[in-house]
Amino acid sequence: MRITEALEVIAPHLGDAACIHSNGYMSRAAYGVRDTAGCFYMIGSMGLASSIGLGIALVQPRQRVVVFDGDGNVLMNMNTLARIAAAAPRNLVHLCFDNGAHASTGGQATISGTVHLDEVARAAGYRWSGRVDDAGALADVVPRVMAQDGPSFLLMKIALGPAGAPGPRIPHTPEQMTHRLRRALGAEA
Amino acid sequence: MSTPCSADRFVDALEHAGFDFFTGVPCSLVGSVIAELERRGTYFGETREDAALGVAAGAYLAGRLPVVVMQNSGLGVSLNALGSLHSLYELPVLLLVTWRGYHGQDAPEHLVMGEVLPRLLDLFGIPHRTPSAAELPQAALWAAATSRETRKPVAVLVAPGVLA
Repeated sequence: MRITEALEVIAPHLGDAACIHSNGYMSRAAYGVRDTAGCFYMIGSMGLASSIGLGIALVQPRQRVVVFDGDGNVLMNMNTLARIAAAAPRNLVHLCFDNGAHASTGGQATISGTVHLDEVARAAGYRWSGRVDDAGALADVVPRVMAQDGPSFLLMKIALGPAGAPGPRIPHTPEQMTHRLRRALGAEA
Repeated sequence: MSTPCSADRFVDALEHAGFDFFTGVPCSLVGSVIAELERRGTYFGETREDAALGVAAGAYLAGRLPVVVMQNSGLGVSLNALGSLHSLYELPVLLLVTWRGYHGQDAPEHLVMGEVLPRLLDLFGIPHRTPSAAELPQAALWAAATSRETRKPVAVLVAPGVLA
């Protein structure tokens, strides 16, 4: 399953969710598939997309929040899995696109082949954690993951490649993304 | 040294200034502030200072004005988030940073950061103040006004003995 394939399966189920994307190819692939005012692309601060999502989820408990993470990002700040599990926000969905590599920097291997992040999330105490290996299984599980009480952690095994970026660079400036998401969340006029 | 400011009075000042989301990682110099925030049920304890900054960024995006409490050792952990998240995306936050290693008087692990703390904030373009006990409530107002106006992080440094 390629990353864009997985994103296309997920996109119809996002509705008005606040979508927080981790840096690098994750953001670029997701932007290429779907972009709304509720989409926030974190171009720096690697490892913190899940923390940003947690902050939104805590302040607006009725707002669905979906974090688009990669294995490199999750491994960088694995403490966030523990903090999310302990806070247990029902409105948070944590997606992990696991290609076993730092794709944006040249495909250097991560350790997600031996450390199974869905099992780490389950052990930390996520209300639900699961793993899918192909688009068919993803299509089966996504409606349930988006509808059920979280925090949910869904790991998708993603094929590395093809070579090159999976989408364009994000054209929005960072401050534009701040304002449009705050407007979408009712935080500013 | 003047009489220390009570945690109750300082938290009142922060709330009066408009801060309404509190997270962070503890330091003994602000132990009383964290205890007071916990008593009021408004403190979200984090695991690392950069994770606290991530949560604060989300809280601001969702409509709050956040404070992140940390020891100055945690400022080192926080620099990438401050540079590539808060300053870049224009996300206001008050960093309430304790000043361990103040005037070189502390345990050895605090001396390097204690020496460079104000210069480090200057380098990152983060406005900061080091109020006396009497000036603390006013510093809360300054921090709220400055972070709202600049839409950037600001820091209030808490020296030893300032807070009761």
